[in-house]
Amino acid sequence: MTSPVLQVAHLTKRFGEFTAVDDISFAIKPGEILGLLGPNGAGKTTTIQMLLGLVTPTSGSIQMFGLDLAAHREEILQQVNFSSTYISMPYALTVEENLSVVARLYGLTDVPRRIDDIVKKLEMEEFRHKITRKLSSGQMTRLTLAKAFLTQPKILFLDEPTASLDPDIAHKVRALLQDERRTSGLSMLYTSHNMREMEEMSDRIIFLQRGRIVAEGTAAEIVARFGQADLEDVFLKLARES
Amino acid sequence: MKLHRIAALIVRHLYLYRRSLPRMMEIFYWPFLDLVIWGFITLYLVRYQSQVPGFVTFFLGALILWDMLFRSQQGITISFLEEMWARNLMNLFASPLNPNEFLAATMAMSVFKVTCVSIVMAVCAWLFYDYNLFLIGLWLIPFVLSLVVTGWIIGVFTTSLIMRFGQEAEVLAWSMVFLFQPISCVFYPMDVLPAWLKPVAWANPAAHVFEGMRAVLGSGVPPVTHLAWACGLNAALLVAMVAWFHRTFAYCKEQGSLVRVGE
Repeated sequence: MTSPVLQVAHLTKRFGEFTAVDDISFAIKPGEILGLLGPNGAGKTTTIQMLLGLVTPTSGSIQMFGLDLAAHREEILQQVNFSSTYISMPYALTVEENLSVVARLYGLTDVPRRIDDIVKKLEMEEFRHKITRKLSSGQMTRLTLAKAFLTQPKILFLDEPTASLDPDIAHKVRALLQDERRTSGLSMLYTSHNMREMEEMSDRIIFLQRGRIVAEGTAAEIVARFGQADLEDVFLKLARES
Repeated sequence: MKLHRIAALIVRHLYLYRRSLPRMMEIFYWPFLDLVIWGFITLYLVRYQSQVPGFVTFFLGALILWDMLFRSQQGITISFLEEMWARNLMNLFASPLNPNEFLAATMAMSVFKVTCVSIVMAVCAWLFYDYNLFLIGLWLIPFVLSLVVTGWIIGVFTTSLIMRFGQEAEVLAWSMVFLFQPISCVFYPMDVLPAWLKPVAWANPAAHVFEGMRAVLGSGVPPVTHLAWACGLNAALLVAMVAWFHRTFAYCKEQGSLVRVGE
């Protein structure tokens, strides 16, 4: 049996009286895409922030590649990256300069070739030399995805990665993610409010509600368990209960 | 012209002041600081009128050295603000970068800024006022290095406050350093300060540098004691401030505010 690349056990985060994440446990196997689903405020982003070492858990443990995140932060983060609609990159730098800074930050070699490759993959040639401030939101999303792919991570955290992309680019991004998973065994934790996308992308889905896991399984299993027509109806049912 | 629209804008700004200590500080801080600085300078000139050797040498040299300290602090704080404004802190701290490496990079930027500013100011002072900064001699080198480190200390302190309190505290990036100006004795000697303020000033490494500079220019006496104090205080305070930065960083991660800073 393959050991998981990510193992979360009894993870909890409290901000004063408010419990954002409440005793959740899950694992991701190599090459697996785990969907994290839930209404706004369910604890998805806080969970990802804890997995990235940006927020300290109140209790519980996070292990990646068999190492504890608290004790081996640098080794782990060297092999992990993330992309989110809600982040940005330095506005005054060009796209290429930003990617070059990321490459240095992760100590990558053969940087020009890697940048060329990722720019081609994400169809960023036309704005490669553009100042980041002047990018459209879709172009900015592609830049944050490029920064995530550039470091060739083993685990990728994606917080609504296609939220601001047009359907064509969103489709290409999904294809790219699937391709990376096939060729390099990339594991992903994926959040999205697009239920069709979640069904298409995720091997398994975890449904969070008020910080707790309320459902777990494949999209089909979850739909069947709640007796609904599709994942969107499950989402609406659970979100309105919360 | 409608009064209610003007009133709406006034109320909008007053709302900000109600909850913002940094904004309140801005109203009272600068006038108070100007009064203190110019008050001490006036006292100095009145008391030591006959003993002030060459205004240009003293004031221009002091101003250039103070600016080096200021730029050194800015090198650290503005580098942090740049990341905050660009919403790039999450990218940085979700990478293998650790807080010490972050500080080391900002300190390197601070040295770069100080070098540029020093060259520009020294050349301008020479061109416009025929003033040679190197009048102080070789002592200038340890003086400047000491001021750079003091700038780092204030910079790390200010950055920690901005990280802790967020965008509201941004104003500290430009104002905090001036809180140290009256007790750095930049433009007047320590003797001018009231007795109760002297111990505070002596605990400030910059005060030893400026006292030392005056000693060299005034009497030619090598300011070894002042320099030793400046170095010792700098070392102790730098260690304390870096430790405090780490503590604040851990606190922000605990509160989840590291990823929200700047919002």
